[in-house]
Amino acid sequence: MLYRIWTIFIARTKEFYRDRSALGWNIIFPLLIIIGFSVVFRSESSPVLKVGVVKPLNNEITIISNKQFNEFLKLKYIDFIEFSSKEKAVDSLQKFKIDMLVDPEHNTYFINDSSPNGYIAEQLLKGAGTTTTFFSKHSFKGRGIRYVEWLFPGILGMNAMFNSLYGVGYVLVMYRKNGILKRFSVAPVRPFEFLTAQILSRMFVMLATTIVVYIGTVLLYGFQCKGSLFTLFVVFALGGFCMISLGLLIACRSDSQEFADGLINIITWPMMFLSEVWFSLEGARPWVQKVSQLLPLTPIVESARMVMNEGATLFDIRYQLLYLIVVSAIFLLSGSLLFRWQRK
Amino acid sequence: MDYILEVKNLYKYYPGVKAVDDVSFAIPRGICFGLLGPNGAGKTTTIEVIEGIQKPDNGTILYKGKPRDQHFKQEVGIQLQHTELQQYLTVKEILLTFRNLYARRASLDELVSLCYLEEILDRDNRKISGGQKQRLLLAIALANDPELLFLDEPTTGLDPQARRHVWDIVQSIKKKGKTIILTTHYMEEAQTLCDIVAIMDRGKIIAMDSPINLLNEHCRGVTITLPSTVDENILRQMNCEWYTVNHTIEIHTEQPHDCLRLLIDNNVDITGMVVRSQNLEDLFLKLTGTQLRA
Repeated sequence: MLYRIWTIFIARTKEFYRDRSALGWNIIFPLLIIIGFSVVFRSESSPVLKVGVVKPLNNEITIISNKQFNEFLKLKYIDFIEFSSKEKAVDSLQKFKIDMLVDPEHNTYFINDSSPNGYIAEQLLKGAGTTTTFFSKHSFKGRGIRYVEWLFPGILGMNAMFNSLYGVGYVLVMYRKNGILKRFSVAPVRPFEFLTAQILSRMFVMLATTIVVYIGTVLLYGFQCKGSLFTLFVVFALGGFCMISLGLLIACRSDSQEFADGLINIITWPMMFLSEVWFSLEGARPWVQKVSQLLPLTPIVESARMVMNEGATLFDIRYQLLYLIVVSAIFLLSGSLLFRWQRK
Repeated sequence: MDYILEVKNLYKYYPGVKAVDDVSFAIPRGICFGLLGPNGAGKTTTIEVIEGIQKPDNGTILYKGKPRDQHFKQEVGIQLQHTELQQYLTVKEILLTFRNLYARRASLDELVSLCYLEEILDRDNRKISGGQKQRLLLAIALANDPELLFLDEPTTGLDPQARRHVWDIVQSIKKKGKTIILTTHYMEEAQTLCDIVAIMDRGKIIAMDSPINLLNEHCRGVTITLPSTVDENILRQMNCEWYTVNHTIEIHTEQPHDCLRLLIDNNVDITGMVVRSQNLEDLFLKLTGTQLRA
């Protein structure tokens, strides 16, 4: 039995790593996303608001005597963009390209009523230079985490999700459609042996690509995992296993690649947005947060972040890991019971 | 007699179709048994039910006198009609993958030599020709040195040379004393390779014997093929069976002299006429009224 599992494991793994496009995609794609997002959000002083300023006719910015406007210009995190034409500036405002437009020559400003950022910019302009405050200030010293460090565990989790769902779900459906599964079914191979080999092969591939991406990102950005790498490995091993089990469930009966593709999209897209891969759901509606907690990608991303950014131990993430184990068992059991070698 | 496989009163239904309808046969060891019939006759369904791919609705299947058990898959070799193989693997890797799934394994060198795979052994299996792929599939089916080999239309879609190659391999396997069950819709293939032929149509076996006995029993005459411009009134004067096949008239007769004389007396243009001995295809036409390759 073990020899048969090993044989199928080797064949499937060779099939994967010889498919250069799939191999490259699995490694390069997450790196590109991390690089792309770190470039977009590279500056710690990235502007929060964009304010257009209409340039005076004499082609020089007038030293405006208006103290309030001068104080406003000194505010940090606001990108002041010069416009030589007022019409063009108004057009940009109407298209939400800027949040507010100031015409210092005529001491006027314009906002878009339906823009929340416009409202904030207006309030900042009105309050510029005001020093009266009823609150006392306390600041925290020390380095927080960069966006790329917050993003990285999410990207790794997302990569594990795509890698597993497409690598097992889509491939098994293709195998069934092409009759490869039927060919294995007439050999003395039990479904359990075949599926175990598929799971092990994909676990190996997923963990290997995750390690390559991790090393690549560490080399590029130089940050360190605050927790133990073993704990992180356990998170991705269990997370990958959970996603592979979900892939098996998706692929248990269908012989339509289009259907499988659609199903994988229906499953992955909500997880991408509701499992805090790209942004935090802090402040989102309670039902959205509850749905998020049920999605299997959430405990993977959550526990990976806790390990990498906060140094969490296995004990700290025990609930997330337990949830992954329970959900994996449900997916795997259902997938195995419903599994069919052949097309309808 | 020592039968390696016995099939008794086998039935398999699909919604609205009797795919296999009361099929029975017994196969002695060491012969090549052919299931001959047109597409949709029920050959593949019959063979897949025996292989265990599909479940029968009724009937008994005995392998070596007993119902099939877990050893059946270990001891038989199966070549399916349409099979893709795992991508990016070489011919050798594919062969080894399947060979390693069995407890009993044929010698790799023998498999390679028997199926003429020497030159393509290290080639990606996606980059081999149809004939080469068919030989690889045959080698996979032989990977466990099976006692009983199932070949489902092994030469469909191959060019004549590739078909001859497969026939050579099948004949080599026969010489080793293996039992073969082969489905085909090629009359020539059945006549060349099979010791016993069962002709199937619409899920039923309509005739079964050795090709020679079948022909001797049903087709002792000749087939005269003429362009279809012959007046039907003349054909009706003949005391024989005639059919319209692919825009030609086929006359089956045991008295070719009488037929030819009648045609000439009626000034029928016999340019392009073909006279030949009858074969299994003619037998099928005679038994069913339809063409074998329809």
